[in-house]
Amino acid sequence: MPRLHWEDFSPGQVTECGPRLITRAEIIAFAAEYDPQPMHLDEAAARASLFGGLVASGWHSCCLLMRMLTDGMLAETSFMGAPGVEEVQWLAPIRPGARVKARATVLETRASRSRPDLGFVKLRLELVDASEQPIMSLMVSPMFGRRDARSPAGAQPRASPEL
Amino acid sequence: MKFFDDIRVGEVSDLGRHTFTAEDIKSFAARFDPQPFHLDEAEAARSHFGRLCASGWHTACIWMRLLIDFRRREDEERRARGEAVGQLGPSPGFRNLEGSQPVYVGDTVSYTTEVIERRPWASRPGWGIIFVRNTGVNQHGEPVISFTSSAFVERREREPQTQ
Repeated sequence: MPRLHWEDFSPGQVTECGPRLITRAEIIAFAAEYDPQPMHLDEAAARASLFGGLVASGWHSCCLLMRMLTDGMLAETSFMGAPGVEEVQWLAPIRPGARVKARATVLETRASRSRPDLGFVKLRLELVDASEQPIMSLMVSPMFGRRDARSPAGAQPRASPEL
Repeated sequence: MKFFDDIRVGEVSDLGRHTFTAEDIKSFAARFDPQPFHLDEAEAARSHFGRLCASGWHTACIWMRLLIDFRRREDEERRARGEAVGQLGPSPGFRNLEGSQPVYVGDTVSYTTEVIERRPWASRPGWGIIFVRNTGVNQHGEPVISFTSSAFVERREREPQTQ
């Protein structure tokens, strides 16, 4: 049973996850699979790019944030996914050896109009480096199950309950 | 990559398609988005999704991979014709990512990207910025992902432009 439900979130709550060390090997492995651009794969080519050295793919930043947030927060909640992402800003690149932290700030909560078993929690998610410099900022409104919700058996298998 | 100067608003590129296997979905989720409904068929059947489905980040990362592969093929053709090739620069981010329908095991998603806006990058004369609307549609013609992203693109002439 999840420890935290939609009712447990309120504006102003802040959760920090990490820190986590980002290695050169994982930056290159991610890029080779999903974003094979020279500045994410090859040190010499990256030096000649606008970044001046090897940097993680922005999508890798998103995936790292998702993983850190899951391990540090979502795993003990009734998290049900998100119908979308409002905005992502890639503010600074992640370089090999960076220690990053993820931070989630609750901005607002809203019950679903069509689904009494869930609600939305608007979050500002941030990835910051060891000196608190922002790497990435993300706005998203995931769904969380409500404390007294019955089992979703029989519910429509839809990701977007508002539709 | 085309040079910024040669890119026109309204251009649509067909990036190709990808079939999401169960193995693929679970492998991505185990590393970056370990939610029960992305990792385990039985858990997914009990969830609001009804069946095992891909992480939205996975659907987005495949767009990135297909975009890079597409650009690479274009660049090879340009080089074969003896034409110069522009550099794709960093991206400031994206907005309005919507996953209107989950991507289930066995779904084949076709991706496209359309140029919706272009403007010079005021502080860096050798570069411009383009805004693109990206979409992925499943084999039933249903949209599974759409978002608007931006990226810097090299200009043909690395000189201050008047515009």
